[in-house]
Amino acid sequence: MSEINVQRRQFLKMSMGVAAVSIAPGIFLFDMAHGKADANKVRWGMLIETANCAEGCNDCVTACNTENGLSGGVSSTDSQWIRKIEIKDISTGRETSLPMMCQHCEHPPCVDVCPTGASFKRADGIVLVDKHLCIGCRYCMMACPYKARSFVHEPLQNQNPDVPRGRGTVESCTMCVHRIDQGQQPACAVACPNKSILFGNLNDPDSEIATRIRTVASAQVRADLGLNPGVRYQGL
Amino acid sequence: MLRLLSILAVLCLCIPAYATESSAIPKLDIGKGGECVKEPQWMRKNHMHLLTHQRDEVVHKGVRDDKISLKNCIECHASTKDDSVIARDDSFCVACHRYEAVKLDCFECHSGERKSAWLKRNSK
Repeated sequence: MSEINVQRRQFLKMSMGVAAVSIAPGIFLFDMAHGKADANKVRWGMLIETANCAEGCNDCVTACNTENGLSGGVSSTDSQWIRKIEIKDISTGRETSLPMMCQHCEHPPCVDVCPTGASFKRADGIVLVDKHLCIGCRYCMMACPYKARSFVHEPLQNQNPDVPRGRGTVESCTMCVHRIDQGQQPACAVACPNKSILFGNLNDPDSEIATRIRTVASAQVRADLGLNPGVRYQGL
Repeated sequence: MLRLLSILAVLCLCIPAYATESSAIPKLDIGKGGECVKEPQWMRKNHMHLLTHQRDEVVHKGVRDDKISLKNCIECHASTKDDSVIARDDSFCVACHRYEAVKLDCFECHSGERKSAWLKRNSK
């Protein structure tokens, strides 16, 4: 290797090093993750206390159906946005009852697979379907590890004016986005007789939900997938 | 001379044709009506752009501008008889869209009913 080439390589290495450290004072090309949420940005989430969630109680599901105009499963293809599930640890026999719905992931797989951009995440962390763009391909239903989404098979009538729904599109829990935008709580959180569903801003350190998840042990369902759901479960 | 007569004859035929066309403009049930966004002729031409803009703002950003929302349009323009903009042939949306032969697919998902009426019916 000639002398000129060695010098050239050293120059390149050095200049890349300088560039990597800083482009201007205070501005870095590479930065370490700070590991703290942006407190100014809202991220809506829920904490579900499974110890209080009564077996056989279906009030959250009923409230969701009423609020969003769902039939509640009259026919086998009807939509379901939230469902109650009973789980049992086979080795200990411990039974737990909990509501399961869209987990409003930070990295939602439904958004990754959507070919039209209909499935999207709002700035405040709510994962929605823009039904104006949805073509009903149902990729998102297959991608969702929580089986949270439903497809509308039949034409609908008499929708809630606040919750447009229609045939040929995929839908799921919207966290009652129409209520949130008006400063209200989601219908399921309001309806729960045992106050098992705590709704709030995960990014606000002073909010009740942030205080709770800081002080008590809570878990995300399928945390191994690294999706960082906005819905957390206590006592799972 | 014959040519002039034939032109006159054609013109005479044109006048009644024009007259019938203007009288065939659809008669709509405008509900409460009124002008809250812009004047009617502008709205006839441009309402769809307002609605498309509004829908993207609402769905993606949660910016709910009540003034140009579909729900607010329906609130005033739904018929005072049946609280709907789509129920009859002369309903506010249906009459024009049928006249212009433009498919109206908003109401496959959206409710065409006044919200107060929907609430009254569904709270029973």
